[in-house]
Amino acid sequence: MPHNVLMPALSPTMTEGKLAKWVKKEGDKVKAGDVIAEIETDKATMEVEAVDEGVLAKIVVPAGTDGVKVNSLIAMLLEEGEDASALSNAPAAPAPKTVTPANQPAAEAAKPAPAMAVATPAQAKSSGRVFASPLAKRIAKEKGIDLSAIKGSGPHGRIVKSDLDKAPAGAAASKAAAAGGSFTPAASSVNAQALADAYGIPYTLTPNSGVRKVIARRLSESKQTVPHFYLTVDCELDALLALRKQLNDSMDGLKISVNDFIIKATAAALQKFPAANVSWTDDNIVQYTRADVSVAVATPNGLITPIIVDAANKSLKVISSEMKDLGARAKEGKLKPQEFQGGTISVSNLGMFGISQFSAIINPPQAAILAVGAGQERVVVKNGQMAVANVMTVTASFDHRAIDGAVGAEYLQVFKKLIENPMGLLL
Amino acid sequence: MSDQNFDVVVVGGGPGGYVAAIRAAQLGFSTAIVEREHLGGICLNWGCIPTKALLRSAEINSLIKHADQYGFKIDSYSFDFKKIIERSRKVAAQLSGGIKHLMKKNKVTVFDGHGKLLGKGRLDVSKDGKNVATIVAKHIVLATGARARVLPGLEPDGKLVWTYKEAMNPEAMPKSVLVVGSGAIGIEFASFYRQLGADVTVVEVMDRVMPVEDAEISAIARKQFEKQGMKIMTGAKVVKLDRGANDVTVHVEAGGKTEQIKVERVISAVGIVANTENIGVENTKVKLDRGHIVVNEWLQTDEPGVYAIGDCVPGPWLAHKASHEGVICIEKIKGLPDVHPMKRENIPGCTYCTPQVASVGLTEAKAKEKGYDVKVGRFPFIGNGKAVALGETDGMIKTVFDAKTGELLGAHMVGPEVTEMIQGYVVGKTMETTELDLMHTIFPHPTISEAMHESVLDAYGKALHI
Repeated sequence: MPHNVLMPALSPTMTEGKLAKWVKKEGDKVKAGDVIAEIETDKATMEVEAVDEGVLAKIVVPAGTDGVKVNSLIAMLLEEGEDASALSNAPAAPAPKTVTPANQPAAEAAKPAPAMAVATPAQAKSSGRVFASPLAKRIAKEKGIDLSAIKGSGPHGRIVKSDLDKAPAGAAASKAAAAGGSFTPAASSVNAQALADAYGIPYTLTPNSGVRKVIARRLSESKQTVPHFYLTVDCELDALLALRKQLNDSMDGLKISVNDFIIKATAAALQKFPAANVSWTDDNIVQYTRADVSVAVATPNGLITPIIVDAANKSLKVISSEMKDLGARAKEGKLKPQEFQGGTISVSNLGMFGISQFSAIINPPQAAILAVGAGQERVVVKNGQMAVANVMTVTASFDHRAIDGAVGAEYLQVFKKLIENPMGLLL
Repeated sequence: MSDQNFDVVVVGGGPGGYVAAIRAAQLGFSTAIVEREHLGGICLNWGCIPTKALLRSAEINSLIKHADQYGFKIDSYSFDFKKIIERSRKVAAQLSGGIKHLMKKNKVTVFDGHGKLLGKGRLDVSKDGKNVATIVAKHIVLATGARARVLPGLEPDGKLVWTYKEAMNPEAMPKSVLVVGSGAIGIEFASFYRQLGADVTVVEVMDRVMPVEDAEISAIARKQFEKQGMKIMTGAKVVKLDRGANDVTVHVEAGGKTEQIKVERVISAVGIVANTENIGVENTKVKLDRGHIVVNEWLQTDEPGVYAIGDCVPGPWLAHKASHEGVICIEKIKGLPDVHPMKRENIPGCTYCTPQVASVGLTEAKAKEKGYDVKVGRFPFIGNGKAVALGETDGMIKTVFDAKTGELLGAHMVGPEVTEMIQGYVVGKTMETTELDLMHTIFPHPTISEAMHESVLDAYGKALHI
């Protein structure tokens, strides 16, 4: 009997992805564990392994196809010795467990149910009746516009042709609606390209990658819907720098960075002061009982935030080595979804660029992000005397729905104390 | 006399103004209407309605003339021209009385007089040059309409050279008529007088009759007019009139040659001029463009609280467009939800000549000019059973679709009862129909409307009865 190879869900929120590449050709023999295809989601590129043995009989979705829905048929495998005519008798939609993403425990892939459950609310919204004129429906279909993401201006809010003139073409709109729930970014009122054309400004165009679109959507959503407030604190680094030198000198090959200390301190401060380790939902405040730190990493494709899980209870050495591994794989686009999805707080460090202070956009549903500036020698006043110290300015952005100003301030106080008295981070 | 206060005052009681007044009253505004002549305006008293009454008489005349085709033998008959005119006047009077009743029913205060803006929110009403009322209103809607345009040398004199008004109410049936202008008004009078037996010449400056219609439709109509014995001169211009005692010698220049045509009466139907003089726009920020009041999509002028609708704003100058603008204007003032600006491409136009002409949207040429890749369907009435049974097989229906999206861009009809049928396409266009919806619509058999279906099918190579 032929096995249907279905588009796997690489993350709980994934509803569709790009079939980037077929590693095997039609007619190739495959063994369980062989990589047969590469799939690009909005976050990363993943390899897809076969779990059954057989011959790749038919590729249904060609390489380079965008917007392939999760659980749709992408290829068919025949068992050894099976006739190709069996393909025509193939069942339409068997259980989606023929493939598993590489680097992911099989058990994880074999339970697509939760993934579907998460995706349902967003889909339920778009499957409700959308009122649109026949012409609007036709144009939307041709341009690939998701009508559920569009506000109609016709009678009783019906979507009419003119509403589509302003809608973004392609999957952008549908991705925003499907992946993020109810939020729809407001279309920019001015089109940069149209203006550049009008004013004769020379330019080139680069199509937005999936990562770019997700950054745009999530950060617009955050800045537009999360009430940010900002608190800034200066931390003296001299003790930390001394301790770091001592540690790194103590062991060959050990190279703990200042950022590793910051990650540890971020989490340890949350552990000491859990009121800042929260998320807002309409009904509840989610109080996390573990501090997971998302660390912003710049990659050629854009920003990604791998996570140091339970950083408060990991040693600096472990944090350092995990960070090296995650950072390297992030730059290659090879992170597993669970390695960058989640986190209860974020750290963004631009100190290496000499930035002394900045404020960052909260990464929802988290309620806090620390923007870390460069450690710089500055003049400080101690006991009425000028002195020179290494100082680092940290600005925290908090979601005021979940964290009040005094709570945020107290958290930063704890954080500052840990950075300035770093021995505590060794415990 | 002290000022009288209203929420809304409408200046002009034509189909734009009186509809705006009714809607305003329905929405709870205290409303007044100022009319200097008669409620119902030109449309009801001197336009759309009385001419339809005249054309009905002409149609009956044609049917009697062709009675033998239907198995009747009528050896001799005659018509009483005075009675035909009388009936037309009665129809107008009946309807004008109906508007009075509607005003009363809706508690709209009617001022008999001439309205003039006095500046912010104030309107002077005068009769014979004397102030009879001063109205203070939050919202003033100008619906002052338009009148016949006068070309130099072609000035109407009420006796030999007529406008629509004299043409509709003559003392006697003229033996010969020359109509200047082949728009809806000119062609309807040409049709009326020709069907009653007058020698009719139509002089059109453009290269075809009814120049706003689709070229194919206007060619078919011209052929029919000529078959009826009308003389049609296109690309022609009246250069001079020699007015005699009871006739006019018209000098018509066409193709470099000048021809002299002697007729009893000349009807000038060369367009309209907005009535925007002496209404006090100079006392406000209201702007004019070539005589017409400048308004935005909500019919608001540049003066807050002053609005304008109908023939005194840019065209098309049609009663139904004026009425619709009146409703949009008032509902927007009220702040009702779901008020939408009018889409010009969805305004139908009807001409009640024989055969009738009706259209909505873009002509094939206009669609191509706008860059559409078009699919065009055509269906002649000769292929329609009901039309054959009626003995009215002249004409056709043409539909224009956007090949890319299936949008119905335009529909153009010439033939029997097309003025009653066009609204089918107008509903479709307003709802943004595509060819599929029209194809899936079941048209009743036997009706001439089946030709509408067939035309759509033909655009996609699926016509059945051709």
